[in-house]
Amino acid sequence: MSFKSAVITFPGSNCDRDALCYLQDLTKGVVYNIWHEEASLPQVDLVILPGGFSFGDYLRSGAMASKSKIINDVIKHANDNRYLLGICNGFQILTEIGLLEGALIQNKNLKFLGKNCFIKKKFKNNFNLSIKEDQVLQIPVAHNEGNFYCDNETLKSLKNNEQIAFEYCKGEFSNSEENINGSIEAIAGITNKKKNILGMMPHPERAYSDFHPSQDGKLIIESLIT
Amino acid sequence: MRIKILIRLKSQILEPQGKVIEQSLNNLGFNEFNNIRQGKLIELDLPDNLSKEEKEQKIDSACKKLLVNDIIEEYEVLG
Repeated sequence: MSFKSAVITFPGSNCDRDALCYLQDLTKGVVYNIWHEEASLPQVDLVILPGGFSFGDYLRSGAMASKSKIINDVIKHANDNRYLLGICNGFQILTEIGLLEGALIQNKNLKFLGKNCFIKKKFKNNFNLSIKEDQVLQIPVAHNEGNFYCDNETLKSLKNNEQIAFEYCKGEFSNSEENINGSIEAIAGITNKKKNILGMMPHPERAYSDFHPSQDGKLIIESLIT
Repeated sequence: MRIKILIRLKSQILEPQGKVIEQSLNNLGFNEFNNIRQGKLIELDLPDNLSKEEKEQKIDSACKKLLVNDIIEEYEVLG
């Protein structure tokens, strides 16, 4: 049976097209593009909440999108143990919905970061099975609010439940940083306790094709499919 | 009645905009301006005939559902 997936588009999403191509090229299955005002989702294996500036980042990044009509079905999809991936603004939306813990606040150095960065896997989950321990992935980031914050109790529980999926690390560029945006413990991506939901700030959909500087983003979809 | 809701980041959360404002003010000679933090103010109208309890209940509910993220923010209804 072929792998089916969907990408939700909100007003202000700007990585939805990249996410659609990413899924079409790597899954070879049906990919739906769903407008946020639609009331229901088709039955799919994976839903992506893409990057961008949904609703202009008004109030807080992801706050408005987290109340969109389609979100009820996104929550049902996740409660059915199917995969949900939030990339960048999608990660912010997942924390605003409450499907993932913590929050994403302004980058520590106040800069919008648009550049290649390096991450490695922390704890194993379905989204990073194809990635080796200590393998350094080069995947770009493009965000202003990517500084992951949570209280100490939540951090302890994220660790105890092995929910930290990715952390920033130094890579092959001499100017690469250990922790690009000030995130607690350099966290770049987390899952829920059941590990069927992943939120991450780096953009794997910008690192898979031959014309991208890196193809490391492929590994996430490969992990889910194989 | 006009309602004003002050929303700010919790004190333990880094607020970099306030730090930059402070630096700029210090550069302008306002050296006694310290610990600057920037928040946001939301103003809205509610019908005058609401009781105090109804008013509080509606504002609290709106803050919890949308206006405030209680992981990082706290709010105060200004008189």
